[in-house]
Amino acid sequence: MSHRLGIDVGGTHTDAVILDENKRLVAKTKARTTPDVTSGIIQALKQILEQPGVDRCAIAFAMLGTTHCTNAIAERKHLSKIGVIRMGAPATLSIPPLFSWPADLRDVVTDKMFIIHGGHEFDGREISKLDQNEIDGVIRELVGKVDAVAVTGVFAPVNPAHEKWLGERLRSALGEDVPITLSHEIGSLGLLERENAATLNSALMKTAQMAFSGFAKAIAKEGLRAQLFLGQNDGTLMGLEYALRYPILTIASGPSNSLRGGAFLSNLKDAIVVDVGGTTTDVGVLVGGFPRESAVAVDIGGVRTNFRMPDLISIGLGGGSLVRRDNGSVRVGPDSVGYRLEEEAIVFGGRTLTATDIAVAMGRANLGDPKRLAKVTRSVAKPVDRLIRQMVEGCIDRLKLSPAGVPVVLVGGGSILLPDEIEGASEIHRPTNFDVANAIGVAIAPVSAEIDRLFSYAQYSRQEALQEAQKLAIEKARLAGADPNNTEIVELEEIAMAYLPEHAVRIKVKAAGPLSPDSTGIRATAS
Amino acid sequence: MMRTRITHQDVDDIAVGGAVLGAGGGGDPYLGKLMAQRAIEQYGPPELIPLREVPDRALIMLPAGIGAPSVIIEKIPRGDEAVGVLKALQKHLGKKAFAVMSAEVGGLNGTIPISVAARLKIPVVDADCMGRAFPEVQLVIPNLYGVSATPLIMADEKGNQIVLSTVSNEWTELLSRTMAVRMGGFALMALYPMEGRIAKKATLPGMVSFCRRIGRTLRSARQHKKDILAELLKVTKGTRLFKGKIVNLDRRVEKGWNLGELIIQGSDDFRGESMKIDFQNENLIARIGDKILATVPDLITILDQDTAYPITTEGLKYGLRVTVIGMPCHRKWRTPAGIALAGPHHFGYDVPYQPLKANGGVRKRHVSSAGN
Repeated sequence: MSHRLGIDVGGTHTDAVILDENKRLVAKTKARTTPDVTSGIIQALKQILEQPGVDRCAIAFAMLGTTHCTNAIAERKHLSKIGVIRMGAPATLSIPPLFSWPADLRDVVTDKMFIIHGGHEFDGREISKLDQNEIDGVIRELVGKVDAVAVTGVFAPVNPAHEKWLGERLRSALGEDVPITLSHEIGSLGLLERENAATLNSALMKTAQMAFSGFAKAIAKEGLRAQLFLGQNDGTLMGLEYALRYPILTIASGPSNSLRGGAFLSNLKDAIVVDVGGTTTDVGVLVGGFPRESAVAVDIGGVRTNFRMPDLISIGLGGGSLVRRDNGSVRVGPDSVGYRLEEEAIVFGGRTLTATDIAVAMGRANLGDPKRLAKVTRSVAKPVDRLIRQMVEGCIDRLKLSPAGVPVVLVGGGSILLPDEIEGASEIHRPTNFDVANAIGVAIAPVSAEIDRLFSYAQYSRQEALQEAQKLAIEKARLAGADPNNTEIVELEEIAMAYLPEHAVRIKVKAAGPLSPDSTGIRATAS
Repeated sequence: MMRTRITHQDVDDIAVGGAVLGAGGGGDPYLGKLMAQRAIEQYGPPELIPLREVPDRALIMLPAGIGAPSVIIEKIPRGDEAVGVLKALQKHLGKKAFAVMSAEVGGLNGTIPISVAARLKIPVVDADCMGRAFPEVQLVIPNLYGVSATPLIMADEKGNQIVLSTVSNEWTELLSRTMAVRMGGFALMALYPMEGRIAKKATLPGMVSFCRRIGRTLRSARQHKKDILAELLKVTKGTRLFKGKIVNLDRRVEKGWNLGELIIQGSDDFRGESMKIDFQNENLIARIGDKILATVPDLITILDQDTAYPITTEGLKYGLRVTVIGMPCHRKWRTPAGIALAGPHHFGYDVPYQPLKANGGVRKRHVSSAGN
């Protein structure tokens, strides 16, 4: 018996599901998303465990897709005070750490930034030797004054020796309670983007501890003995222990979960998934069962990073979207009544005309009391309905690559707004349990890891280098919780380095696999 | 044209324009932009002066980076290397630089002179030596006028400095490239020192403000929700050559270059066609079947389909949805000497140069149906 509990935090609702060992739905529920996020998660957890047919002892895995970290950065709240150390001097002095950050975010996160000697060349040679006196000086500045430290060395993805050494030195000087983020463990090449990611990661340590450990405690309190996982931005899972070290990876996991849930429920590997929630609609593309990733650098809270993010379009359209009509023109959203839908929508006895009222008026959904919609005649509803459809059609048109129609999967509680005829769609899928696709998506996601390293084909043969890279990726996925016997290489990319002498090649490999029954994630215990 | 100051906002615009004129190469100008903006914050905005206002006997120097764009995104410069080599060249020649000029506006080297000018409080000349980006030191317009790249001084961030004095600009390329690799894959140089009277005939005036105009146009098109691609084609006199998705990307290293080709499968009105682009850091030739649509020295730039933001050769990925545009090069490249220096033959392609028509616009169809 190995059931999975999946919880996904959306803008309006926090959804929970339980799937059995064959990934069939056992139970589902929805709770309101709360401002602190955690109490909404706990509420959803309590509700799902009370559902008929739920066997607590059968739940072996618990997966959480949460917005804690996204919110912490967006709202500049609960962020750790950190030290930022870059190794590379005399190189890199022209652009100090966090130079391009929004000033308010930078001020909240740190006033202790250092560029010290160290770091490597593209071929692994040292740029300069580490300077013990300089490092002692930095440590004196940090002791007792920071909650966490981010360390970034030039070309650390090629040669992490200096980062690892400094990490150890800091740990012994600052103690185990001050977590250290080493950039080569999170980011790929691109010093500033990787430094930004390491810094954000460090700043999120407190939030992660509070949120993820809080989740673990809640699970334990309910008497569940489940292995815990967190959803990542690329639609795959990481273990709790890993998530506590790399909380930055949970940013923007929500849209990935809905894409994956849509793929699973519809049995399609190539499709466009439209997820209509209470406030927003996310439209993304599935390629081979995975979310298609964005081509351009991704900003997180105004900070440039090089993270993998799904390529998607978000618009302010949801079940709670306000409908306004003035001078013959119609507007829908972007503001929404959100979780107050069941009090404020006309069909539920409220006074606000929402997108849900239009869907009921069009006979598309059977909710509340349709008699209340006497004033919302077909002629009132029709132009609004057309606009809602066109908003979604616009997104589909921007994402698809050919004029031919593509399969479109409609998920999310708000997808009842949409008709069965959508321009650009070859077919419309409304899978069962569409309303909890996100929570299902996080529950069934594979565990993955990516490596991105430079190899010299003068030192290794190409074959050896590719094999080594794949081995590293599979090992990294195993560390994240994947079953190494079933882990596949899902992406492989070789990049010749421009202008360098022969044979310097950057290899990126991503491995993903189903959950390992004996994964290394922390087991939540009742202690 | 008036003398103006290069502001923080101008640098944003110049960097975007530089990425368009980079034709896939030159490196992502993002870093050069941050360096220039930092220098402006610290030392104030430098002056941008028209080429014709440079006195005939005044000395102009060109600060530029050489090496791998993929190294500089990791090992960012110390910041004063370019100023250091410029001062060293002044000392070597026994003469002060009146102003600096960009060797190539395409890519990173479009913004490096701005940082140097801000620090030294001397002007930037509104001109460059190619109006695009090229992968070799000798591929510049001044070479057509017999201007020597040397004496050239190059330095790394550690303080190593080298003076080159060579018999030809081809030798300069060979020697400086080798040194750059030993210096860690990227170095800063001061080169092509020339007097105003030479620069006035041997360089391309107005190129910095042209870059800025491209950046401004894109920014305003984005702000006002105009058709970004159409606006870009208008300002660059460009032609939309193709639209589609990258379905094959073959990149290999030969002779120290990043050589390769990509295949783009057509979409929308290019459905059923496929385009092949050969590149050596910069995009060299674009063709559909046997039909050549554009070659060097004309500019071939690949844009992200949604944002019309240019994608550099290192940034190309399988599955990207792209628009390919062609832009006519400067007329000085279109002379027999210019084509001999930087045309398809120089890059090892046995095909004739066919000048790209200006203002092909957005509606130009693929070639195979053009005669129908």
